[in-house]
Amino acid sequence: MAVALGRQAAPRRSFVELLDDRRVLSVLCMLPAVGLLVTFLAYPLGLGVWLGFTDTKIGRPGVFIGIDNYISLFDDSVFLLSVYNTLVYTIVATILKFGLGLWLALLLNNSMPFKAFIRAIVLLPYIIPTVLSALAFWWMYDPQFSVISYVLSKMGLIDRYVDFLGQPNAARASVIAANVWRGIPFVAICLLAGLQTISPSLYEAAALDGANPWQRFRNVTVPMLMPILSVVLTFSVLFTFTDFQLIYAITRGGPLNATHLMATLAFQRAIPGGQMGEGAAIATAMIPFLVFATVFSYYGLQRRKWQQGSADD
Amino acid sequence: MTEITRRDALKIGAGTAAFAATGVDALAQGAPKWEVTPEKGASIRVLRGSRFVQGDETVFNENVAKYEKATGVKVRVDYEGWEDITPKAAVAANVGKGPDIVYGWYDIAHQYPDKLVDVSDVANYLGAKYGGWFDVCKKFGQTKGGRWIAIPLGAPGSKVVYRISHAKEAGFSEFPKDTKGFLALCQAMKKANKPVGLALGNAVGDANGWCHWVVWAHGGKMVNEKDQVVINSPETIAGLEYAKELYQTFVPGTLSWLDPSNNKAFLDDQLSLTTNGISVYYSIKNSADPKIKAMAADVGHADYPIGPVGRSTQLNLIVPAMVFRYSKYKNAAKDFIRFMMEQEQYEPWSTASIGYFSHPLAAYDKLPIWTADPKHTPYRDTMRTMLWPSYAGSLGYASAGALADFIMVQMVATACSGAKSPKDAAAEAQKRAERYYKV
Repeated sequence: MAVALGRQAAPRRSFVELLDDRRVLSVLCMLPAVGLLVTFLAYPLGLGVWLGFTDTKIGRPGVFIGIDNYISLFDDSVFLLSVYNTLVYTIVATILKFGLGLWLALLLNNSMPFKAFIRAIVLLPYIIPTVLSALAFWWMYDPQFSVISYVLSKMGLIDRYVDFLGQPNAARASVIAANVWRGIPFVAICLLAGLQTISPSLYEAAALDGANPWQRFRNVTVPMLMPILSVVLTFSVLFTFTDFQLIYAITRGGPLNATHLMATLAFQRAIPGGQMGEGAAIATAMIPFLVFATVFSYYGLQRRKWQQGSADD
Repeated sequence: MTEITRRDALKIGAGTAAFAATGVDALAQGAPKWEVTPEKGASIRVLRGSRFVQGDETVFNENVAKYEKATGVKVRVDYEGWEDITPKAAVAANVGKGPDIVYGWYDIAHQYPDKLVDVSDVANYLGAKYGGWFDVCKKFGQTKGGRWIAIPLGAPGSKVVYRISHAKEAGFSEFPKDTKGFLALCQAMKKANKPVGLALGNAVGDANGWCHWVVWAHGGKMVNEKDQVVINSPETIAGLEYAKELYQTFVPGTLSWLDPSNNKAFLDDQLSLTTNGISVYYSIKNSADPKIKAMAADVGHADYPIGPVGRSTQLNLIVPAMVFRYSKYKNAAKDFIRFMMEQEQYEPWSTASIGYFSHPLAAYDKLPIWTADPKHTPYRDTMRTMLWPSYAGSLGYASAGALADFIMVQMVATACSGAKSPKDAAAEAQKRAERYYKV
């Protein structure tokens, strides 16, 4: 191909010469990546957005209906509930994951025996396939066979089994706990990596200045950790907001749709329900939230100038 | 769950061997002609749900081998998790590529009728030969214009599964036939501290089954014959009031129950009564645990009781076989479906499936499996009496959407849990259903 092109261009400028032009070369080098992105990211995303504006059913192509799907969704109590659930799920789970993850990272950052081994073990929940851990939680939350209830009742603390998934708020708390359990290792290991890049001399200098442990944490650790924190936060929010497997395996959106997230509702409507257009619209409705979360966590946390050593504004 | 081995299935069959030996061909009535022959060098792919009972898959595969031998057509069968079938078939229909035949669920064929091959010849042939299709088969298999687009293979029947001794202790030596007696039985069981458990989570099979029954039994329905949403009616509310009373007799936690939950609890001796396919009886009968095995004699099966409407109102899953238009070997595919429905194949398959699938053709009432054990018999008439998910309306996009959204189940669950009054629950369901049935 290159040879053929070169021969055609020969009378004017040889292909090899053309490659010397930085602009041409950079475009050529980027082409494969752009091709992959367009084929596997931009096209499906664009198609999804487009489907959201149609009344496509499974097995029947739809016609453009403008924003009818969205109008109908805003009048749909189940959809509105799923938006609420998704926000609660994401916000609560993220706060818990970061609080506990940071704590775990700080603990792991201390020198202790079998450090490498312990760090590897911490990653386990993250390594187990989601569906497997979801099934484990499903059993643990079972109204009749829950090991948690079993232990509590053997200890004489409760006289009837806990109804983890039967009441809306208890069910929300239960699936959030499962998500937090799965998400902590990711946050902890990433933050641990960040902690290790902080030069010990900064802590030494702070200690010499008479800073107490809290001040050292507040004024050295936090600002130095902020860049990686914002990246990890962005990813964590994205993963949590789009969670599907945990919910689908544990509650399937029940009880009474109390744990239906936008992702699970989009699937339920589009595939088992056959309402492809509406499902796509629900999935598309997630995009503004995701963009907002990304922009907020990425720029909001990185903007701060004191990371570069100047005053905060 | 304990699975039924082929050996067990054979044992069941052994009792009726005499019938089986002479029974072949006995059920065929008249001999219509079947003239579709497979294309030369045809090879077809079949997608179906994986087994719930071992014998199903074993004998299905044996029948496939028989077919390959008889016709030279190559057949590949893919078994997939039963919840993956609907999305996979949908994708195949959409992109025009995939398996030639799909054994799907429920009203799946009515979501893409235009993508399916007309199988009227198969249906007419089988109907004429085996005493005709039950009415509900026509609802599932035919378009409104009467064109057959799917051949029902059978229906995994759901019945009331209960402990005979618990019913006796509660003062019922015979299982009540009407809803009033049924409620009294459940209340008595609860009083004896042996509760009832019916799924109220988003359980596709179990929850849909009994929630539709309870509303229909009192005369409520999602839509009328003209597909107008009529769920918000005094009849529905009466059904919900009844369900609410019934719910008081349930074991805690049923609001989160998915399909496997009731099986687990029943096997663990925590329930007096639930609704299920025949499979739970078989896991008990063949359990390696002697304690569970001992329960088998105490397990009874009964029809869902009849409500004020005065007729049987049950919903069951159904398995329709569809041939896709994109198939290169349509004749082979049709011939394969026909072959599997013929008595020579259907009878051993039904026997090996221990009655898990109830038959769609009237002549198969006489299949030996239904009398091999008197406890099988209630499952025999599943397809003769059952209704369809969007009763009394038509099947199509709207009904599939409403079913997948669990509108009926959640209406009942909302009323039972007390989250809303029966009146408000019915009004909410009306609103939700109207979204799907908008014209």
